[in-house]
Amino acid sequence: MAKKAQHTATKRYGMVIDLDKCTGCGACMVACYSENNVPFREDESDKMLSLNWIQVFKVDNQKPFPDTEVCYIPKPCMQCDGDHVGHPPCVSVCPAVATDYDQPTGIVSQISPRCFGCRYCMAACPYHARQFNWWDPVWPAEMKQYLNPDVSVRMRGVIEKCSFCYHRYQKARNKAYMEGRDEIPEDEYQTACAEACPVNAITFGDLLNDEHEVHKLSKGKNAFRLLERLNTNPKVYYTTTKDWVRRITDNYLENETPGDVEKARKAQKASH
Amino acid sequence: MKIDRRCFLSLVIGGAVGTTLTPVPWKLTDDIAIWSQNWPWTPVPEDGPSKYENTVCAMCQGGCGITVRKIKQRAVKIEGMSGHPVNKGSVCPMGISSLQYLYGPSRVKSPMKRTGKRGEGKWEKISWDDAIAEVSDKLKELRNQEEPHKVACTADSDRNTVGYLFDRFLAAYGSPNFIRTPSSEDANELALYLAQGRNATVGWDIENADFILSFGVPLMDSPDSAGRMFSAYSALDEKAELVQIEPRLSDTAAQSKRWIPAKPGTEGVLALGLAHVIVKDKLYDSDFVKNYSSGFEDSEDEDGNTRKGFKSLLEDYSPASVAETTGIDKAKIITLARDFAGAGRPLAICGRPIVQGSVDEALAIHALNALVGNINKKGGMVAIPEPDYLGWSEMQRDETASKGRQQPRIDGAGTDRFPNARHLLHRLPEEINSAGDKAPLQVLLVAGGNPLYTIPDTEAAKKAFDRIPFIVSFSPFMDETAEYADLILPNHHFLERYEDIPTPRGYAKPVTGLARPVVDPQHDTMHTGDAVISIAKNMDEFIREAFPWDDYRDFLEQTFSDRWKSLEKEVYSVRKDFTPADWEDAFDTPSKKYEFYPTSRQMPPDSERDRLPACRPLEIPGDGDSKELPLLFVPYVSVRIAEGAIANPPFMTKTVDDTVIKEGEVFVEINPETAKENDLSEGDSAVLKTSSAEARVRVHLFEGIMPGLVAMPAGLGHTAFSDYISGKGENAYSLLEAVSDPASGLNTGWGSRASLSRA
Repeated sequence: MAKKAQHTATKRYGMVIDLDKCTGCGACMVACYSENNVPFREDESDKMLSLNWIQVFKVDNQKPFPDTEVCYIPKPCMQCDGDHVGHPPCVSVCPAVATDYDQPTGIVSQISPRCFGCRYCMAACPYHARQFNWWDPVWPAEMKQYLNPDVSVRMRGVIEKCSFCYHRYQKARNKAYMEGRDEIPEDEYQTACAEACPVNAITFGDLLNDEHEVHKLSKGKNAFRLLERLNTNPKVYYTTTKDWVRRITDNYLENETPGDVEKARKAQKASH
Repeated sequence: MKIDRRCFLSLVIGGAVGTTLTPVPWKLTDDIAIWSQNWPWTPVPEDGPSKYENTVCAMCQGGCGITVRKIKQRAVKIEGMSGHPVNKGSVCPMGISSLQYLYGPSRVKSPMKRTGKRGEGKWEKISWDDAIAEVSDKLKELRNQEEPHKVACTADSDRNTVGYLFDRFLAAYGSPNFIRTPSSEDANELALYLAQGRNATVGWDIENADFILSFGVPLMDSPDSAGRMFSAYSALDEKAELVQIEPRLSDTAAQSKRWIPAKPGTEGVLALGLAHVIVKDKLYDSDFVKNYSSGFEDSEDEDGNTRKGFKSLLEDYSPASVAETTGIDKAKIITLARDFAGAGRPLAICGRPIVQGSVDEALAIHALNALVGNINKKGGMVAIPEPDYLGWSEMQRDETASKGRQQPRIDGAGTDRFPNARHLLHRLPEEINSAGDKAPLQVLLVAGGNPLYTIPDTEAAKKAFDRIPFIVSFSPFMDETAEYADLILPNHHFLERYEDIPTPRGYAKPVTGLARPVVDPQHDTMHTGDAVISIAKNMDEFIREAFPWDDYRDFLEQTFSDRWKSLEKEVYSVRKDFTPADWEDAFDTPSKKYEFYPTSRQMPPDSERDRLPACRPLEIPGDGDSKELPLLFVPYVSVRIAEGAIANPPFMTKTVDDTVIKEGEVFVEINPETAKENDLSEGDSAVLKTSSAEARVRVHLFEGIMPGLVAMPAGLGHTAFSDYISGKGENAYSLLEAVSDPASGLNTGWGSRASLSRA
């Protein structure tokens, strides 16, 4: 019998970032710039105009010296599933279908030729994951030479954001197809940041596939997501054993614990 | 006018028809779309088959293996090379960003000769033949005047072939002035030589230690060690403990299980305090101390005088007195000492960033390792021998060369004043500026280090450089020193050249890396090794004959001989026959033992000091001036900021937080308490004044820094390279002053007294 064309199982690509491991070195950021042709400006110390797809933030516990602790929080696009799957905050507001939810992978796309720069999505995103190209990107001297042909360069006047290195998914999928496989093994599709992280703080894979590391890690006791009560359902999870770090990742009331919020959220969902 | 129905309708319909027919709105919309999305202007990178090639990164001394992704002949991405013994697949932001240097605007595209005033930036392109002739003529002239010792050369390493070629050239030519650029390796290397009698580098077997006591070593903050440390750290046993002694909560301190802030400059005192507890509680390895060490107990020297031993020295370092000096709680000191000595494989490491470091401090910390008997053991401190492939082949020298080579060094290393030191680059300005009418240095060949940026007190360095009549830079980039040179003979970028990379600092196995060309040279540049050989071939007979090789590649192949093929393929080789020597044969000191009392240590003639490492808090410039300069300025290093010779490429500056640099201004970190005392708040513009210079900065409040300190990242404030790099922040080195350690001459000027006032 001829080989039947098959639809591969639905995937939900996601990430688990271990905040206890992250040393804040910034390799993920630079790997991302290099992989995704992220433009830079003459004065990159002008932070208002600096563009990042993933950014590492430094936070501290505000305790006086010498009880101070710091933690670094890498923040890519959260690739939200939305309150109802397929409706992340940005997709719902885009008037041009320039940003869309990819059902087979769960990845939220950003298609620059469609984008006309209204920046609604930027306003809708609670994570500041989206940034606007105010100027034409310029690569001085011979720097165009290092551009990656797998990712198109964005023009001015459009929004850009992290794509979970979708071009790498496409490559892995094509390879699997050519070899007659349905499944893409974990190591064949990794984002540039996860690959570059020198301390393996970033784990990437299919959250629904129990053979993938992220599946287990995302269900761990210490796993959580940013601003969980907004019901944006991000696919980027974090883990930490430090309570103060956990509290910094959402707007908790003074006597509220992360557990309370989770309970309230579930109750709200059930009554919905 | 009254608006009736008819009038209203005709206005609306007329307006609608008019708007539809007029081209103006459509034209405007079109214009807006074109203005906002100028698509044809954005580059479309050429596609093609992609392949991966391995090489070794030479952006710093870390020696990480990297994999370069190429599309046709273009290098498009740098990733960590999995399986490389040093970094095991990890890579730091600096390594990834190096493509921005390869293709960037700061490259020197051909040999250049200065036409305007120094530093004015007026250059003339010249051919390579002319450039080589220019240097050779100048050198010949000096040699004919019997002054070959007035030539000096700086290079990043004396353990690789390029450094070797330069040193060989100077030997044949007749100058003793081969100066290795400073690093924390200097103090460690000297301490190793004094206590163990070995000309070797120090390797810390961090991968196998279970209690790592780091005296301010920027393990995860400096690119020099980051690649290796990240993989070592992520592979460390859960139970392994990293203790960081540092006054600021650095990234390394943040990852440590115990962060112990000691008053800066008192780390050596703390080490002796810990040794005190270990000895008093008899927690030391008595086998090692009794059978393989000397100078532990008091003894008699040849003349019958009593010589104080290490044990007696420690009497002055009781926990109570050390607690007072270091500011660490007495009980904490005792616990730390006991935990260290009680651990299975404890390891104490040292290597302060920015400076060469104090030999006493290094000796004290090495002594901790000796006490717990981890010398040359798994998880311990290992002596890594010099590369076995570099050796002096027979060379004939004429009289001029022999005489010149025996002259005292320009930096004073090895002279009566600084008998044990080998390289003292920071003393160059002092020596040149204090010399009489005749300039003591006629030619300076700069093959590494960008000294005009990294030598403390940039102004003094510039003044000294003004007195050197002929400066040649071999830098591939238009750095501060190249900008101030008379002639630039640009080297290839490391992705365009072969170069052997010696064992990275602190790595515990001898490993040789080989950078190899991944892309063709982008510009009219020449390998510095080839430049040296070409210059030598232009010189007198004896020098010419000392360089019998056709070119650098030929030299490299002959040097590695039968190892070359596999090295070129694998890009690294680990010396398989290497095992750290047993204690029986490990020490080459006069006593053939580990010397707590370093008998071969030569003290300067006027020194009252004993040879024992009697650590005191390190001297700080401006110390007498605590009223005018109440604070303490300390530079810090960050893995997101290139700290030394090479500046931050745009990608790295992009990663830096807006609490470190913003709109061209650098932020200093101070404790909120210090801010209150000085009437400063977050984001304020301020003037930072040190004993040597002042700078305009902004203020960032951070609880994780000891009150009284002002910390600033090293590596910003470049003035050269390109518009993408220069003019961002302030140069921390320019705010420092060199302090020559009275005992060794090494630079210990890690900080300065300072004041911070609102601008």
